[in-house]
Amino acid sequence: MSQRKTLTFSITDPPYEDARSTTALRLISLAIERGCDVNVFAYEGAVALPFAKQAPHANAVHQRDAAEENHPNPKDWIAAVLADAAQRGRKLDWVNCGLCVDERGVSESIPGTRRGSPADLLKFVEASDNTLVIPTK
Amino acid sequence: MAEYLFIASRDPFESEEVKHFYGLALGLAQESNTVTLFLVQNGVLPARTSSRSKLLTNLVASGVEVLADDFSLRERGIPTARLAEGVKPASLGVVIDQLALGRRALWN
Repeated sequence: MSQRKTLTFSITDPPYEDARSTTALRLISLAIERGCDVNVFAYEGAVALPFAKQAPHANAVHQRDAAEENHPNPKDWIAAVLADAAQRGRKLDWVNCGLCVDERGVSESIPGTRRGSPADLLKFVEASDNTLVIPTK
Repeated sequence: MAEYLFIASRDPFESEEVKHFYGLALGLAQESNTVTLFLVQNGVLPARTSSRSKLLTNLVASGVEVLADDFSLRERGIPTARLAEGVKPASLGVVIDQLALGRRALWN
Protein backbone atom coordinates (compact mmCIF):
# COMPACT_ATOMS: atom_id res chain seq x y z
CA MET A 1 0.00 0.00 0.00
CA SER A 2 1.79 3.10 -1.25
CA GLN A 3 0.14 5.62 1.06
CA ARG A 4 -0.82 4.85 4.61
CA LYS A 5 -4.58 4.59 4.93
CA THR A 6 -6.81 4.77 7.97
CA LEU A 7 -9.75 2.40 8.24
CA THR A 8 -12.50 2.40 10.84
CA PHE A 9 -14.46 -0.67 11.88
CA SER A 10 -17.67 -0.41 13.86
CA ILE A 11 -18.54 -3.70 15.55
CA THR A 12 -21.58 -4.71 17.56
CA ASP A 13 -21.68 -8.41 18.38
CA PRO A 14 -20.76 -9.77 21.82
CA PRO A 15 -18.10 -12.46 22.18
CA TYR A 16 -18.95 -16.16 21.77
CA GLU A 17 -22.12 -15.44 19.79
CA ASP A 18 -21.40 -15.14 16.08
CA ALA A 19 -18.66 -15.57 13.51
CA ARG A 20 -18.92 -11.84 12.79
CA SER A 21 -16.66 -11.17 15.80
CA THR A 22 -14.01 -13.53 14.43
CA THR A 23 -14.28 -12.03 10.94
CA ALA A 24 -14.00 -8.52 12.39
CA LEU A 25 -10.81 -9.45 14.22
CA ARG A 26 -9.44 -11.09 11.07
CA LEU A 27 -10.14 -7.88 9.14
CA ILE A 28 -8.53 -5.68 11.80
CA SER A 29 -5.47 -7.92 11.85
CA LEU A 30 -5.20 -7.92 8.04
CA ALA A 31 -5.55 -4.14 7.89
CA ILE A 32 -2.62 -3.79 10.31
CA GLU A 33 -0.58 -6.33 8.31
CA ARG A 34 -1.25 -4.39 5.12
CA GLY A 35 0.02 -1.15 6.60
CA CYS A 36 -3.18 0.61 7.61
CA ASP A 37 -3.87 2.55 10.76
CA VAL A 38 -7.07 1.23 12.31
CA ASN A 39 -9.82 2.62 14.50
CA VAL A 40 -12.30 0.30 16.17
CA PHE A 41 -15.53 1.47 17.71
CA ALA A 42 -17.01 -1.30 19.84
CA TYR A 43 -20.70 -0.76 20.43
CA GLU A 44 -23.37 -2.69 22.34
CA GLY A 45 -22.25 -6.25 23.13
CA ALA A 46 -18.92 -5.85 21.36
CA VAL A 47 -17.62 -3.88 24.36
CA ALA A 48 -17.22 -7.26 26.10
CA LEU A 49 -14.70 -8.47 23.50
CA PRO A 50 -11.70 -6.95 25.34
CA PHE A 51 -13.11 -7.61 28.85
CA ALA A 52 -10.07 -8.44 30.98
CA LYS A 53 -11.76 -11.02 33.21
CA GLN A 54 -12.48 -13.52 30.46
CA ALA A 55 -11.01 -16.82 31.61
CA PRO A 56 -10.19 -20.08 29.88
CA HIS A 57 -11.93 -23.15 31.24
CA ALA A 58 -11.54 -26.90 31.48
CA ASN A 59 -13.66 -29.21 29.33
CA ALA A 60 -15.02 -32.24 31.18
CA VAL A 61 -16.30 -33.85 27.97
CA HIS A 62 -12.81 -33.69 26.47
CA GLN A 63 -11.30 -34.64 29.85
CA ARG A 64 -8.90 -31.74 29.54
CA ASP A 65 -7.91 -29.10 32.06
CA ALA A 66 -7.93 -25.42 31.10
CA ALA A 67 -4.32 -25.46 29.87
CA GLU A 68 -4.85 -28.57 27.75
CA GLU A 69 -8.12 -27.25 26.36
CA ASN A 70 -6.33 -24.05 25.31
CA HIS A 71 -9.67 -22.32 24.80
CA PRO A 72 -9.11 -18.98 23.08
CA ASN A 73 -10.53 -15.79 24.55
CA PRO A 74 -11.18 -12.75 22.37
CA LYS A 75 -9.33 -10.48 24.79
CA ASP A 76 -6.16 -12.42 23.97
CA TRP A 77 -6.72 -12.06 20.23
CA ILE A 78 -7.22 -8.32 20.67
CA ALA A 79 -4.07 -8.07 22.81
CA ALA A 80 -2.17 -9.90 20.06
CA VAL A 81 -3.41 -7.52 17.37
CA LEU A 82 -2.55 -4.51 19.56
CA ALA A 83 0.97 -5.90 20.03
CA ASP A 84 1.31 -6.56 16.29
CA ALA A 85 0.24 -2.98 15.51
CA ALA A 86 2.78 -1.59 17.98
CA GLN A 87 5.53 -3.75 16.51
CA ARG A 88 4.74 -2.57 13.00
CA GLY A 89 4.47 1.08 14.05
CA ARG A 90 0.79 1.26 13.17
CA LYS A 91 -1.99 2.85 15.17
CA LEU A 92 -4.79 0.69 16.55
CA ASP A 93 -7.20 2.87 18.50
CA TRP A 94 -9.84 0.67 20.15
CA VAL A 95 -12.71 2.56 21.79
CA ASN A 96 -15.48 0.95 23.81
CA CYS A 97 -18.79 2.78 24.08
CA GLY A 98 -18.90 3.84 27.74
CA LEU A 99 -22.66 3.62 28.12
CA CYS A 100 -22.61 0.07 26.73
CA VAL A 101 -19.76 -0.82 29.10
CA ASP A 102 -21.66 0.45 32.13
CA GLU A 103 -24.85 -1.36 31.15
CA ARG A 104 -22.95 -4.63 30.94
CA GLY A 105 -20.56 -4.12 33.87
CA VAL A 106 -17.50 -4.81 31.74
CA SER A 107 -15.40 -1.76 32.59
CA GLU A 108 -12.22 -3.78 33.19
CA SER A 109 -10.86 -3.79 29.67
CA ILE A 110 -7.39 -4.92 28.59
CA PRO A 111 -4.61 -2.31 28.30
CA GLY A 112 -4.50 -0.55 24.95
CA THR A 113 -8.24 -0.09 24.72
CA ARG A 114 -10.10 2.93 26.01
CA ARG A 115 -13.51 4.20 26.99
CA GLY A 116 -15.37 6.60 24.72
CA SER A 117 -18.76 7.49 23.31
CA PRO A 118 -20.58 7.41 19.97
CA ALA A 119 -19.05 10.84 19.32
CA ASP A 120 -15.75 9.00 18.87
CA LEU A 121 -17.27 7.01 16.02
CA LEU A 122 -18.14 10.26 14.26
CA LYS A 123 -14.57 11.52 14.75
CA PHE A 124 -13.18 8.22 13.48
CA VAL A 125 -15.35 8.31 10.37
CA GLU A 126 -14.41 11.90 9.60
CA ALA A 127 -10.69 11.13 9.96
CA SER A 128 -10.71 7.82 8.04
CA ASP A 129 -10.31 6.87 4.41
CA ASN A 130 -13.13 4.38 4.79
CA THR A 131 -15.45 2.83 7.38
CA LEU A 132 -16.99 -0.61 7.57
CA VAL A 133 -20.01 -1.05 9.81
CA ILE A 134 -20.50 -4.68 10.84
CA PRO A 135 -24.00 -4.74 12.28
CA THR A 136 -25.49 -7.41 14.47
CA LYS A 137 -28.06 -9.70 12.88
CA MET B 1 -19.92 5.52 -11.81
CA ALA B 2 -19.39 4.40 -8.23
CA GLU B 3 -17.58 1.35 -6.86
CA TYR B 4 -19.24 -0.86 -4.28
CA LEU B 5 -18.19 -3.70 -2.02
CA PHE B 6 -21.00 -5.93 -0.76
CA ILE B 7 -20.04 -8.33 2.03
CA ALA B 8 -22.53 -11.17 2.45
CA SER B 9 -22.13 -13.15 5.68
CA ARG B 10 -25.49 -14.88 5.74
CA ASP B 11 -26.84 -17.99 4.10
CA PRO B 12 -29.76 -17.46 1.67
CA PHE B 13 -31.21 -20.76 2.94
CA GLU B 14 -31.47 -19.06 6.35
CA SER B 15 -32.87 -15.67 5.41
CA GLU B 16 -34.80 -14.21 2.48
CA GLU B 17 -33.09 -10.92 3.27
CA VAL B 18 -30.00 -12.22 1.50
CA LYS B 19 -31.81 -12.26 -1.84
CA HIS B 20 -32.68 -8.59 -1.42
CA PHE B 21 -29.01 -7.87 -0.70
CA TYR B 22 -28.02 -9.67 -3.89
CA GLY B 23 -30.76 -7.75 -5.69
CA LEU B 24 -29.30 -4.43 -4.61
CA ALA B 25 -25.89 -5.51 -5.91
CA LEU B 26 -27.48 -6.59 -9.19
CA GLY B 27 -29.33 -3.30 -9.60
CA LEU B 28 -26.18 -1.26 -9.04
CA ALA B 29 -24.25 -3.39 -11.54
CA GLN B 30 -27.03 -3.00 -14.11
CA GLU B 31 -26.63 0.77 -13.74
CA SER B 32 -22.97 0.41 -14.76
CA ASN B 33 -21.48 0.67 -11.29
CA THR B 34 -18.55 -1.53 -10.33
CA VAL B 35 -19.71 -4.10 -7.78
CA THR B 36 -17.90 -6.83 -5.89
CA LEU B 37 -19.88 -9.31 -3.79
CA PHE B 38 -17.62 -10.88 -1.17
CA LEU B 39 -19.02 -13.99 0.50
CA VAL B 40 -17.85 -14.80 4.03
CA GLN B 41 -18.90 -17.08 6.93
CA ASN B 42 -22.16 -18.87 6.04
CA GLY B 43 -22.44 -16.48 3.12
CA VAL B 44 -20.20 -18.88 1.18
CA LEU B 45 -22.73 -21.74 1.34
CA PRO B 46 -24.56 -20.82 -1.90
CA ALA B 47 -21.18 -20.66 -3.65
CA ARG B 48 -21.20 -24.47 -3.61
CA THR B 49 -23.22 -25.59 -6.62
CA SER B 50 -26.76 -25.97 -5.30
CA SER B 51 -30.32 -24.82 -5.88
CA ARG B 52 -29.38 -21.34 -4.62
CA SER B 53 -26.13 -20.91 -6.50
CA LYS B 54 -28.02 -19.71 -9.57
CA LEU B 55 -28.53 -16.47 -7.65
CA LEU B 56 -24.78 -16.00 -7.75
CA THR B 57 -24.22 -17.11 -11.33
CA ASN B 58 -26.88 -14.59 -12.38
CA LEU B 59 -24.89 -11.87 -10.62
CA VAL B 60 -21.69 -12.96 -12.35
CA ALA B 61 -23.47 -12.86 -15.70
CA SER B 62 -24.56 -9.30 -14.93
CA GLY B 63 -21.03 -8.13 -14.27
CA VAL B 64 -20.80 -8.49 -10.50
CA GLU B 65 -17.48 -9.87 -9.30
CA VAL B 66 -18.37 -12.67 -6.88
CA LEU B 67 -15.62 -13.77 -4.49
CA ALA B 68 -15.74 -16.35 -1.70
CA ASP B 69 -13.51 -16.16 1.39
CA ASP B 70 -11.08 -19.07 1.12
CA PHE B 71 -10.94 -19.51 4.92
CA SER B 72 -14.75 -19.76 5.19
CA LEU B 73 -14.77 -22.28 2.32
CA ARG B 74 -12.17 -24.46 4.06
CA GLU B 75 -14.06 -24.25 7.38
CA ARG B 76 -17.15 -25.63 5.64
CA GLY B 77 -15.39 -28.25 3.55
CA ILE B 78 -16.25 -26.64 0.22
CA PRO B 79 -13.50 -27.37 -2.32
CA THR B 80 -12.88 -24.75 -4.97
CA ALA B 81 -13.69 -27.37 -7.61
CA ARG B 82 -17.30 -27.32 -6.36
CA LEU B 83 -17.77 -23.58 -6.69
CA ALA B 84 -20.54 -22.32 -8.92
CA GLU B 85 -19.48 -20.99 -12.31
CA GLY B 86 -17.81 -17.61 -12.09
CA VAL B 87 -17.41 -17.60 -8.29
CA LYS B 88 -13.74 -17.26 -7.35
CA PRO B 89 -12.00 -18.04 -4.05
CA ALA B 90 -10.24 -15.06 -2.51
CA SER B 91 -8.42 -13.91 0.58
CA LEU B 92 -10.22 -11.70 3.09
CA GLY B 93 -7.44 -9.24 2.33
CA VAL B 94 -9.42 -8.25 -0.76
CA VAL B 95 -11.84 -6.51 1.59
CA ILE B 96 -9.04 -4.46 3.13
CA ASP B 97 -7.62 -3.58 -0.29
CA GLN B 98 -10.99 -2.41 -1.57
CA LEU B 99 -11.77 -0.46 1.61
CA ALA B 100 -8.40 1.25 1.31
CA LEU B 101 -9.27 2.20 -2.26
CA GLY B 102 -12.43 3.88 -1.02
CA ARG B 103 -15.07 1.40 -2.13
CA ARG B 104 -18.50 2.02 -0.63
CA ALA B 105 -18.96 -0.99 1.62
CA LEU B 106 -22.15 -2.66 2.84
CA TRP B 107 -22.30 -5.66 5.21
CA ASN B 108 -25.21 -8.05 5.50
